[in-house]
Amino acid sequence: MTQMRLILAGAATAALLAATSASAVELRFECAQDGNECDTMNAIFQKYTAAHPDVTVKMDLVPYKAILENLPVDLAAGTGPDLAKVTDLGGLHKYYLDLTPYVNKDYWEKSFGKTLDWYRAGAADPGIYGIQTQLTITGGFINKTLFDQAKIAVPGPGATWDDWAKATVAVAKATGAKYPMAMDRTGHRFAGMAMPYGATYFDDKGNPELSDPGFAAAAKQFVAWNQDGTMDKDVWAGSGGATYADASKEFINGDLVMYYSGSWQVQKFASQINTAFDWEVIPAPCGPAGAGHCSGMPGGSGVVGFKTTQHPKEVAALLDFLAQQDNYTTLEAKSLNIPAHTGVAAAGVTYEGATPEAAKALNAFSAQVPTLSPVAYAYQGYKNNRAMFNITVTRLTQAIVGELSMDDALARMADDLKQAVAAAN
Amino acid sequence: MLKLITPLMQIVDVPMRALQRLLGPRRLAWAFLAPNLILFGLFAFLPVLVNIAYALTGSDQILLRDRPFVGVRNFTDLSQCASYLDANSCKIDVFWRAVHNTAWFIVLQVGFMVGFSLLTALILNRKIVARGFFRAVFFFPVLLSPVVVALIWKWILQDQGALNAVLEHFGYPTVNWLLNPSWAFGWAVFLSCWAHMGFYTLILLAGLQAIPRDVYEAAQMDAASPWRVFHRITLPLLMPTMVVVLVLALIKGVQTFDEVYAFTGGGPGSATTLVIQYIYQTGFAGAPRLFGLASAASIMVALVLVVLTAVQLWITRRNANG
Repeated sequence: MTQMRLILAGAATAALLAATSASAVELRFECAQDGNECDTMNAIFQKYTAAHPDVTVKMDLVPYKAILENLPVDLAAGTGPDLAKVTDLGGLHKYYLDLTPYVNKDYWEKSFGKTLDWYRAGAADPGIYGIQTQLTITGGFINKTLFDQAKIAVPGPGATWDDWAKATVAVAKATGAKYPMAMDRTGHRFAGMAMPYGATYFDDKGNPELSDPGFAAAAKQFVAWNQDGTMDKDVWAGSGGATYADASKEFINGDLVMYYSGSWQVQKFASQINTAFDWEVIPAPCGPAGAGHCSGMPGGSGVVGFKTTQHPKEVAALLDFLAQQDNYTTLEAKSLNIPAHTGVAAAGVTYEGATPEAAKALNAFSAQVPTLSPVAYAYQGYKNNRAMFNITVTRLTQAIVGELSMDDALARMADDLKQAVAAAN
Repeated sequence: MLKLITPLMQIVDVPMRALQRLLGPRRLAWAFLAPNLILFGLFAFLPVLVNIAYALTGSDQILLRDRPFVGVRNFTDLSQCASYLDANSCKIDVFWRAVHNTAWFIVLQVGFMVGFSLLTALILNRKIVARGFFRAVFFFPVLLSPVVVALIWKWILQDQGALNAVLEHFGYPTVNWLLNPSWAFGWAVFLSCWAHMGFYTLILLAGLQAIPRDVYEAAQMDAASPWRVFHRITLPLLMPTMVVVLVLALIKGVQTFDEVYAFTGGGPGSATTLVIQYIYQTGFAGAPRLFGLASAASIMVALVLVVLTAVQLWITRRNANG
């Protein structure tokens, strides 16, 4: 009798354990943050797991470098997480889980529109792969106090890059500011100058190119400005390869009149500049290509699921939960980001804990979203855009320091791009 | 202690005897060597083979099974130049800029470093005041991490750094040291000499102290001038040590990466990009990651290092044999 009881108890325990292990799902989420985005997302995920106790989310908070360099290797080796926050949106496409079978496609299309393309293989790909959690826009910041001290009017909407160069040089001269202008050392930011000059980045057949007349004109002007001191030469010429460098320190120190960077700097400027001087976001500078080309570059990061996950349904459900308007609003409000969700953008976001300057700057960037050029969306969504960014930086820097003539630099860019595309395909 | 070791040896003795019976005394050596050989094979020999496999394949895929075989294309791409002296005439111009930079870097860095190390060793070998202190001072930078060395000098030399502050204070014009290709390269050489000089000074000092005193006493009795003593006695007797130092410095020079990368990032432009940085950038920091090209470049560097190591071994053996 006792033996029978023991056998029954053992069988019951085994059945219970089997049932528990079959239903308990742990999803690994790899995330890097420069603010509080991952923490906020994790809090939303915990809300999901509270409603679905069979699913738990384990967040691995990693340095950004790990997302850029280690995650692709892990994914290639088949040892990646279930989901992750990524920035190389198109470049990692081959590893993405298609969420289409599990989510309401119409809702996602309506809510996230063009940003869905950034995760796709190309125009013919209808899949839904990721949620844009951080929409960023490149744009200019000015030190308004320096303009006031110099008694020079701030160029208004429609002002060209040339107008800005003249105005900032005059302000720097009048106030003794060290640098009139500076731009982050990346091809992504340079596109914000190239598009107003008419850069198309793709030929008529949709092939990528870095040698169209608009791009070449912008490149020549940019190199000339670096060489004559209009641009802070330290930022681009001070490094080798395609290493990223920025001029936020110079702007915060009040040494810089105009800084072309992006919306992600707002939080930093609000906290570090504080009341030292007045700063504001300027409208997207225009150029010879005309009013329709005054555009910054969109960008940012998103959360994707990976094909290798053992739990595609749960991953999709979790991302769908995050994509719902109330959760997405919470995420943007707490992490001070520009929403990519059209419904959230239309309703407006009340940023939590943002200073009046930061809120004003974020709203100024948000207002530029509808005017972003189609070229900007196409370039941001192109899977090999990182190669194009890197080539731009490397070769333009060589032209700035005199290692290559401008024509040679443009010819090398075309060759490099051909080689990169061949290797990536 | 012996009480502890004896029972331990008795425990080991049983399987050892069994193994000896099984393999025989000649083959037993392999059993002892096996753990080391396996580890060496896994972590040294296998990566070399994998590197060769990558060099013979293309695309940006990381798994070898996904990479198409391209033969020696990566090697031909790297060596395709109209003139090897003009990087602009090469298909992969950045690689050849890095090769030229590395060649110049080695010539200048090894030349200056060995020269200054010898001078320092000669001075520290004399009976000077606070000799122990100065020996420690010259050796101290060797103990620093290359990144720390790079950051220290970056803070000194950057546009708003310490050196420009001093120049400004005394009314001299400031220079953006790291923005001018020639200055940046010169400072990279200086930094590298500063960081490694102590190590070579120490070796040369040991070499100087190994020279018998009686040779100097004989020269003193013959009233030989200090220059003649140096030229005819010190230098020839120090030559074996000098050659070892020279070859070691050459090998280290070819491998230079971390301190220069942290110091200038290879810039301005590619003025301080050395060949190891090119390999790193091409294989790991670029997009797409050209593992094949990076592997081919690393094999070319490895061949240079093999030659230099062979020279060093030959010299060491020759010295050992007298």
